[in-house]
Amino acid sequence: MKYVDEFRDGALARNIAANIAREADPRRSYHLMEFCGGHTHAISRYGIADLLPANVRMIHGPGCPVCVLPAGRVENGIQLAQMPGLILCCYGDLLRVPAANGMSLLKAKAHGADVRMVYSSADAVKIAQENPQRQVVFFAIGFETTTPPTAVAIKQAQALDLKNFSVFCNHVLTPSAISHILQSPEIRQLGVLTLDGFIGPAHVSTVIGSRPYEYFAEEFQKPVVIAGFEPLDVMQAILMLVRQLNEGRAEVENEFSRAVTRDGNIKAQLLVAEVFELRRVFEWRGLGPVPYSALRIKSQYADYDAELRFQIPAVSIPDNRACECGAILRGVKHPRDCKLFGTVCTPDNPVGSCMVSSEGACAAHYSYGRFREKAS
Amino acid sequence: MSTVKHNYTRPLDFKQGRVDMTHGSGGRAMAQLIDELFLAAFDNEFLRQMNDQARFPAPSGRMVMSTDSHVVSPLFFPGGDIGCLSVHGTINDVAMSGAKPLYLSASFILEEGFPLADLRRIVESMAQAARDAGVPIVTGDTKVVEQGKGDGVFITTTGIGVVPNGVNISGERARPGDKILVSGMLGDHGVAVMSLRENLTFHTSIQSDTAALHGLVAAMVAAVPDIHVLRDPTRGGLATTLNEIARQSAVGMMLYENKIPIREQVKAACEFLGLDPLYVANEGKLAAICAPEDADRLLQAMRAHPLGSEAAIVGEVIEDQHHFVQMETAFGGRRVVDWLTGEQLPRIC
Repeated sequence: MKYVDEFRDGALARNIAANIAREADPRRSYHLMEFCGGHTHAISRYGIADLLPANVRMIHGPGCPVCVLPAGRVENGIQLAQMPGLILCCYGDLLRVPAANGMSLLKAKAHGADVRMVYSSADAVKIAQENPQRQVVFFAIGFETTTPPTAVAIKQAQALDLKNFSVFCNHVLTPSAISHILQSPEIRQLGVLTLDGFIGPAHVSTVIGSRPYEYFAEEFQKPVVIAGFEPLDVMQAILMLVRQLNEGRAEVENEFSRAVTRDGNIKAQLLVAEVFELRRVFEWRGLGPVPYSALRIKSQYADYDAELRFQIPAVSIPDNRACECGAILRGVKHPRDCKLFGTVCTPDNPVGSCMVSSEGACAAHYSYGRFREKAS
Repeated sequence: MSTVKHNYTRPLDFKQGRVDMTHGSGGRAMAQLIDELFLAAFDNEFLRQMNDQARFPAPSGRMVMSTDSHVVSPLFFPGGDIGCLSVHGTINDVAMSGAKPLYLSASFILEEGFPLADLRRIVESMAQAARDAGVPIVTGDTKVVEQGKGDGVFITTTGIGVVPNGVNISGERARPGDKILVSGMLGDHGVAVMSLRENLTFHTSIQSDTAALHGLVAAMVAAVPDIHVLRDPTRGGLATTLNEIARQSAVGMMLYENKIPIREQVKAACEFLGLDPLYVANEGKLAAICAPEDADRLLQAMRAHPLGSEAAIVGEVIEDQHHFVQMETAFGGRRVVDWLTGEQLPRIC
């Protein structure tokens, strides 16, 4: 497949792996966090860990939109879906996320709720057009990549004068999550987690550009390399991080230069700024309340805000006490450290959110990497 | 003299007509549908007996029987339709034991309002598939459900066949060291069906691979009577099929990604839909497992048959107490190829 196979070439991978092995200093270790679930998935699916020396360790970050969505918001979605006549549209990953009492949108659907999986926000608008007598809510989740399409849907609904369409907005922001991790007590005070550098998001960065990461590099003295989601991108980014660390540099470098610029997609940024504004605080699964880390719909577009239209209450549901998703999302623990992993918590019956999405650290490890645990 | 023709029945309107509740009521309307459509299309000596059951000679030996319900949406897709799919699906399930399929039954659940023209297209496609395969549909049933209680048409077929002496093909016979073969390009059916889904429509030249595999199986059994395992990787794709076999045989498996035949267009479609072609359905492919010393002979026999011309050896059976299916990625790493979680694509067969 042209423009894809080039980035999955085994011979080139061995070449980069040899460079990493040669340049990694055996006297130290390299703890690198890939923020994005897309990278987590690529690392697991292509077996990248097999190609790295033992002292280069990847730590999975919280960049999986489904994983960080708190159970309370899923519960809100389920309650919406159970309203008579309402159609709830959402992306497929969200369907299986567990909320309270083992309920999920998929189970609500089995109980008669009209929950529809869509591939894009535009499909939700179309469903609203086709069902003028019914309320249609788009359950919007995701980082900066999925936010512009939601803004487009809201503007489209306005242009079409759709009275029955609204958005339950759960869009979150990457930079605030990274700062939150870097400021966590595990890193700053307790020292239980070492983070030497970051692989920066691919698709998110096409929208926000590389500039927002300059602050982390500077303030926290951590190198950031923005990388594409193909396995060679990840390998190359690891090599670039090893080099920065060896040379004592902490800069933002862009491996994904074929798609990411320093300024990003200005048009998309303006669109988002027109429709959304910052929330003062938003709860993340695993990270807890994170200040200025999420977006809500601006008052000019309040007509399309499902939170206002349906007076959605704030619901907080504690995670299962044995579930380690929180610590795993902060990079403090590995899926294998969780008692529930692979026993009561599996992709078919997820307890924690990290086991739901294929981008979640637990699901990726379960699906692609767990043979390593059993072998050892 | 009167010009009224006695015993005249107005023929079914296959242009504008639709299925209504009387077609399943057991009365004249149903008899007419059976006569003018099903009997006419499937015509054979067993069906012509016009009994509630078919009577046929039973060969000696071990019989196999298999049944399969078909609910595919959409009903017509590039390369086939629910009709030929329902014939191929059951013939293949019978054939995966190494058996020669002999007879089929077909049961229809029709939704009130379904166009008779579409029904005729489907029934004729079934009849053609059964004739091409040389396996007659010898008995059947029709029910009609109210509008909104079905999705056009659901078809259940059952097949029986007889296994040649000395052939013992079964899911628990995979042994460490055995080779794993596939009969051709994977993922065509799933991608062809998906390309027509209303919320997804994309243009592709991919056609469903739906086909009856008993001829290929007969050629394979003739070349290597001691094939250990045969299975057609339908729903859940090759990944799911191999996991089933690994569990049944209590073994592990190792696949080689760069040996697995997958069309560029299928790879591309899966890439942008976020799917893994190893989990996408096939309707005219099989996976075979045999002793290493038989593998080349089996491969040659498969490649000599038109339905196996792109066959390949894709991996081997290994010892593994955890029964993992693993894969050496083309990239150079290793990963688990796990059971399918949830539902990758609903209603594809």
